[in-house]
Amino acid sequence: MYNYIPDGDSVAKAYTEEDQGKYEVFMERINNGEKIEADDWMPEDYRQALIKLISMHGISEIMGALPEKEWVPKAPTLKRKLGIMAKVQDEMGHGQLLLRVAEDLMKPYGRTRENLIEDLLNGDLKFHNVFHMPTKTWADAGMVGWMVDGAAIISQTNMLDASYGPYQRALQRICAEEVFHAQHGEAIIMALAEGTKEQREILQESFSRWWPSLLMFFGPASAETTGSSKQDIMIKYRIRKSNNEELRQVFLNKYLPRAFSLGLTVPDETVHYDKENERWIYQQPDWNEFKQIIKNKGPMSKERLRLREIAYEKNRWVRQALAPQVISS
Amino acid sequence: MTKRIETADEAKQDAAYSEALKELIYQMADDDFIVSFRGSEWLGLAPHIEEDVAFSSITQNTMGHAVMYYNLLEELGEGDADALAHARPLEKRRNAVYLEKQNGDGSYLKEPYFDWALTVVRHYFYEVLKKVKLEALTKSSYVPLANIAQKVLMEQPYHLAHWKLWIRQLQNSNEDAKSRINMRIVEAWKEFGDALELGTKSSEMVQHELIAGEEFLQKQWLNEVKATVMSLPTYPLEKGLGNGRNGKHSADLKQAIKIFSEVYESDREAVW
Repeated sequence: MYNYIPDGDSVAKAYTEEDQGKYEVFMERINNGEKIEADDWMPEDYRQALIKLISMHGISEIMGALPEKEWVPKAPTLKRKLGIMAKVQDEMGHGQLLLRVAEDLMKPYGRTRENLIEDLLNGDLKFHNVFHMPTKTWADAGMVGWMVDGAAIISQTNMLDASYGPYQRALQRICAEEVFHAQHGEAIIMALAEGTKEQREILQESFSRWWPSLLMFFGPASAETTGSSKQDIMIKYRIRKSNNEELRQVFLNKYLPRAFSLGLTVPDETVHYDKENERWIYQQPDWNEFKQIIKNKGPMSKERLRLREIAYEKNRWVRQALAPQVISS
Repeated sequence: MTKRIETADEAKQDAAYSEALKELIYQMADDDFIVSFRGSEWLGLAPHIEEDVAFSSITQNTMGHAVMYYNLLEELGEGDADALAHARPLEKRRNAVYLEKQNGDGSYLKEPYFDWALTVVRHYFYEVLKKVKLEALTKSSYVPLANIAQKVLMEQPYHLAHWKLWIRQLQNSNEDAKSRINMRIVEAWKEFGDALELGTKSSEMVQHELIAGEEFLQKQWLNEVKATVMSLPTYPLEKGLGNGRNGKHSADLKQAIKIFSEVYESDREAVW
C-alpha cells in the first residue's frame, strides 16, 4: 500500500569474493526477469529492503482495517453492510498473506510475527500515513475504498512484476481484490454524489480532508524532502518500476477528472494540468507533517495503536492456551 | 398430508399461518443480525490475524443469512428490508437476549476490553442452535424458508466447526483457559434460555408445520452440546437477562441499535 520506506538505512556490507560471484549471478537472474524465491541466495540489502517493504505493507493492511472498521457496524443498508464487511475481511486477508511472506524473509534473523507486532507497538515498525487519519462520516468509508485503495492499486501495480517471487504472487491476488474495493468505494461515493444536499456536503468535506493525505500517499519525490527514501534501491533490484512522483501523476491523472465530473472541488486552487509538460501541477503537501504522521504522531496514531495493544494484551491468555504445552517430567 | 406453501401470496391468504410464519422469521433474522453485529465489533481485535480473517468471514456470511430472512419478511408485506433491520424499536425485536450482550467492557471504538471466552461460548452455543433449527426448517411447510435453510446449511456447518474447535482447544488447554471458558458457560446457562424458545406463537408454528417443537429443538441442542462441552451445569437453562422472543431486551440492545442505525437514522429518506 505504500512506496515510501522511512529510515531506510541499508546495511552496507563488505562482500566476500564468493558472495561477489553469487551477487553477479543474482543480478543476472533479476535482470533476466527471473523470480527470486525464499530459499535463494540474496544480498543483505535486498533482503532487508524486502523485509521493510513487506512487513510495512502487511501491517498497513492490518492497521488499515481499523479506520474502515469504524464504519462496518454503522453501514446504513444491508447491501452496504455486506459490501464493507467483505471488503475489510479482504484487507485482513492481505495482511495475513503478506506477513507470511515477511516471516519467511526474517527467518535467518530468528525473527517472527510476534516481533513484528511488538515492533509495531513500540513504534519501530511504521504503518502507512493514510491510516493515521481520522474518519468522521460515512463518506470516509467510501473515500477509503475509492481513493485510498485506488492509490494502492497504482502503487501495487507498479510492483506486479517484482523480482521477489513470493511477494509478486501475493500482489497478483491483492491487486485483483483491490479493484473490487475501489468499485465498492466508488459505489458509495456515487450514491452520495447523487444524493441529498447533506450527503453531497459530507462527500466534499471528506474529499477535502483526505486530499493532503492522498498526495502524501506516494511519498516524497526525492530523499531530500524527508531525509531518506529507498526508492532507488527498489528500482535497482527490480522490486518496483516507477518513482514516487511518477506514481502520483498516474493517480492524479486517473482520479482528478473523476472527482471533477462528480462536482468535487480540490482544496488547492493551483491544481491544473500542464499540457506542455504533460503533468499535473499541485501544491506540495506539508512533508514535515508527513514525517510526524508516520512517526506515530498523526491525529489517530495513538488511538489505533492502542486498539492493537489492547487486543494483544487482552488476548495473551488465548495465545498462551494455544501454545504447545511444555510437559515437565 | 404434509402442508406446502410455495409463495408469499399464498401464505398471506391464511392470517393465522402468516402470523406464525412471520414471528418465526423475525426470530431467525434478528438472531443472525445481532450475532453478526457483535462479531463485526471484533474486527481487527481477534486473538490472531488468521482468526480475524476467519471470524470476519463468518460474520459476513451470518449477515448474508439475516438479509435473506429480512427479504422474506419484505415479501410477506412487512415493509422494506433495510427498515426492518435498522428502524424497528427495541420491543419489536425478537433476537434472544444473550446474543445482544456486549462483547465485554469498553466499546469497539475505544478501550475494547472484549472477552474471547464469552465470544467462543456464545458463538458455539448459537451455531449449534442454528444448525438444529436449520435442519428442522428444511422440512418447513413454507417452501421459501425451507429453501433458505438448505442454502444456509451449505456453509453454516463450517461456522459451527470453527467454534467447536475453539471450545475444544480452550477447554483442553491450561487451567486459566479452562476456568475462563467454564465461567462463561455457567453464565450462558443462566442467560441463554430464551434462545431455545420460539416465543408466544410456538404452538402455532408447530401446528402449521413451520418448524419442529421447542422440546425437540432443545433436546437436539443439548445432546450436541453435551458431546462437546466437558462440564455442563446440571440444572435447566435460565432466562436471567429477559426474554427476547417476547421483546423483553436488555440495555445492551439499546446500545447496539444506537450504533447500527446511526447513519441510517441520520436521514431515513436518503439513498445510501
